Amino acid sequence: MQKIQVRRVGALMAGAAILFAACGSSGSGATASTAPATTAHATDTTAGGGGGVKCSGIKLAFLGALSGDNGNLGQNMINGAKIAIDAFNKKNPACQVGFDTSFDSQGAPEQATPLADKVVNDASIVGLIGPGFSGETKATMPKFEAANLPMITPGATNAKLSTNGWKMFHRILANDDKQAPGVVKLIQTTIAAKKVGVIDDASDYGKGLADAVRKGLAAADVANAQIDPKGADFSAAIGAMKTAGVDTIFYGGYYAEAAKLVKQLRDAGVKATFVSGDGSLDKGFTTNAGAAADGAYLTATGAPADINADFQAAFKAAYKTDPALYSPEAYDCAQVFLAGIAAGKVTRKDLADFVSSYDAAGITKQIKFDATGEPIGDAVYYYVVSSGAITAKGLIK
Amino acid sequence: MGGRSDAPAPHLHKVAVPTTYALVPGGDSLSFHSLVTQFWPSTINGIVLGSIYALIALGYTLVYGVLRLINFANSEVFMLSAFGSFLAIDMLGIPDRLAGGADPYKTGWTLIGILAFMLLISLIIGAASAVVLERVAYRPLRKRNAPRLVFLISAIGASFAMSEAVGEWGAKKRQDYALARVFKKQRLFTIFGADVRNDYIVVVIGSLVMMTILVLFVNRSRVGRGIRAVAQDMETARLMGVNVDLIILITFVVGGLMSGAAAFFFEIYNGSARYSLGFELGVKAFTAAVLGGIGNIKGALLGGLMLGIIENWGTSLFNSNQKMGTVTAFVVLVLVLMVRPTGLLGESMGRSRA
Repeated sequence: MQKIQVRRVGALMAGAAILFAACGSSGSGATASTAPATTAHATDTTAGGGGGVKCSGIKLAFLGALSGDNGNLGQNMINGAKIAIDAFNKKNPACQVGFDTSFDSQGAPEQATPLADKVVNDASIVGLIGPGFSGETKATMPKFEAANLPMITPGATNAKLSTNGWKMFHRILANDDKQAPGVVKLIQTTIAAKKVGVIDDASDYGKGLADAVRKGLAAADVANAQIDPKGADFSAAIGAMKTAGVDTIFYGGYYAEAAKLVKQLRDAGVKATFVSGDGSLDKGFTTNAGAAADGAYLTATGAPADINADFQAAFKAAYKTDPALYSPEAYDCAQVFLAGIAAGKVTRKDLADFVSSYDAAGITKQIKFDATGEPIGDAVYYYVVSSGAITAKGLIK
Repeated sequence: MGGRSDAPAPHLHKVAVPTTYALVPGGDSLSFHSLVTQFWPSTINGIVLGSIYALIALGYTLVYGVLRLINFANSEVFMLSAFGSFLAIDMLGIPDRLAGGADPYKTGWTLIGILAFMLLISLIIGAASAVVLERVAYRPLRKRNAPRLVFLISAIGASFAMSEAVGEWGAKKRQDYALARVFKKQRLFTIFGADVRNDYIVVVIGSLVMMTILVLFVNRSRVGRGIRAVAQDMETARLMGVNVDLIILITFVVGGLMSGAAAFFFEIYNGSARYSLGFELGVKAFTAAVLGGIGNIKGALLGGLMLGIIENWGTSLFNSNQKMGTVTAFVVLVLVLMVRPTGLLGESMGRSRA
């Protein structure tokens, strides 16, 4: 996720004095939460398994944040993709696919734009993994489109990206709009809630997600509140939930406020099940909320980092650390391109056609794109917090 | 994930109860039903939060009363003191969570000891940072007879510097810090169905004790007489043999102590802190000071409580929309200032005799 830094200067006039005050809202350096392994399928989906593939002078590239507030997410992506590319190159001595990771946009659209020109002008780049985030994808996509360069993003989830008629656009994970139906299904089926309260943080993301959940819950949504993330005390919202006697509360927003909110709810004696979206899927949520976070449900369209045991083992062997948010998605992105290269599709045009008609199992899900570049299916995963650990529970069914 | 939707999200604010009225098309709605059902919980929470506002407001009011200076960096004194409570918990080696994931709740004398230590460290940091602030940001200007506007700019500069320094410091940088939960909050009794918790009692009684001590100090002690003298007429006080620089320093120390106590009570009640906490509560506290009459000690108490309560009522009135609560509070401020430009109880500390 990417929380935009807000810096505001408010001017007040009181009496004879002109008074200034300023603040910056907290930036959320998103970190992925890795949890103990659940069941994982040991599937060898490595592309080009035969080893007889021949090619030369081609490479894939990554464009996204490698430094800055969300630099860790870009690193997660690169590391995931590199596992696939290294395995391919090892098996195919006659086809060494390069991986250009020199395009660090810091997640900012204005920095991504000149980098996109460089990517497009490098004729040896036949496929792009990225851009990592939605803003930069929106800004750079016309360039990739004009150059017929196929791209698959492992992290840009803004729902509107696929509505521009871009033929080169593909994403490997479900978009933000798919999350709300998943949340509603989780609340109504898995949790079996009767009376639900929905709280949001007034942000584009938080309110957008919460409103979609409100709509999906319809009559089961019996209480609503909106908090101000700049205020630390949410007692008014909590009072509304308490009076309505809800058994489940959904919060649309980011982890910092989610942690404060769930603590204050428990302090106020509200025992309702706490549910939140991918904005709250962060170690910071459990660290800051303490035992109050236990029993909370979190949802995300990104796959759990430990979804595949083989991938996890290879990742750990390569980097001495577990895979993290978006690593499995980036691995799958690379696999799609590599399968194309293995099939002899080594020009941008051929590879683009190959990606559009791709249909094979990845480690996150069956990978197949519709005409707009959206993945088929609406995979939303959920997690449960227990004793401070965020444990992946798999797909919401 | 990544950059979220740029276009405004469709507004689907559900009408929770029949007695709601759309205020603006597609916007938030007024709900008198919500205000009625939330009246007592809002009032009680408002008193708790208002007590904390009032203590911070005293930091503004004391310095304004003596120097006619809006000490904007007072909010940062509060923020630093809040981290003082974290420091105290760290010094005592209390973990955030026990092995097995439970909160490290304490009881009895152990708890009282821990709370007293937290208060002590917060008070020390409050007083110390106020002294440093006065020495670095204000005294050099006073020595050079700088115009009043320059003090204000210096105050804003100091406020920025302190807040940003904390934002860049430590492993968590600008993120939230959460205090180890040593104090288990429990409902003691209810008033008209609204919960009254043990931490509410600690915060409200504690704030009142701090304010009573302050009023007695200013009205009864020798130093307090000096503060009132400087507040009334600095030049005459100097001629009469009052050590004005010392009195000003003491005023900052007392203001810092009040902000330090406020920070401790806030941590008891809320348990979170970040670099921008000073701004978030400081603006409210400053508003409370102006509402009650800046420079007036009783005004700070009245303004703080009123602001806390009105803010919560406003939030309830607008269907639990917290930002509308803030809007309501500022609208009330403007209305009060239109009728009483110097605040509810008037300005001067000297004349109103605290």
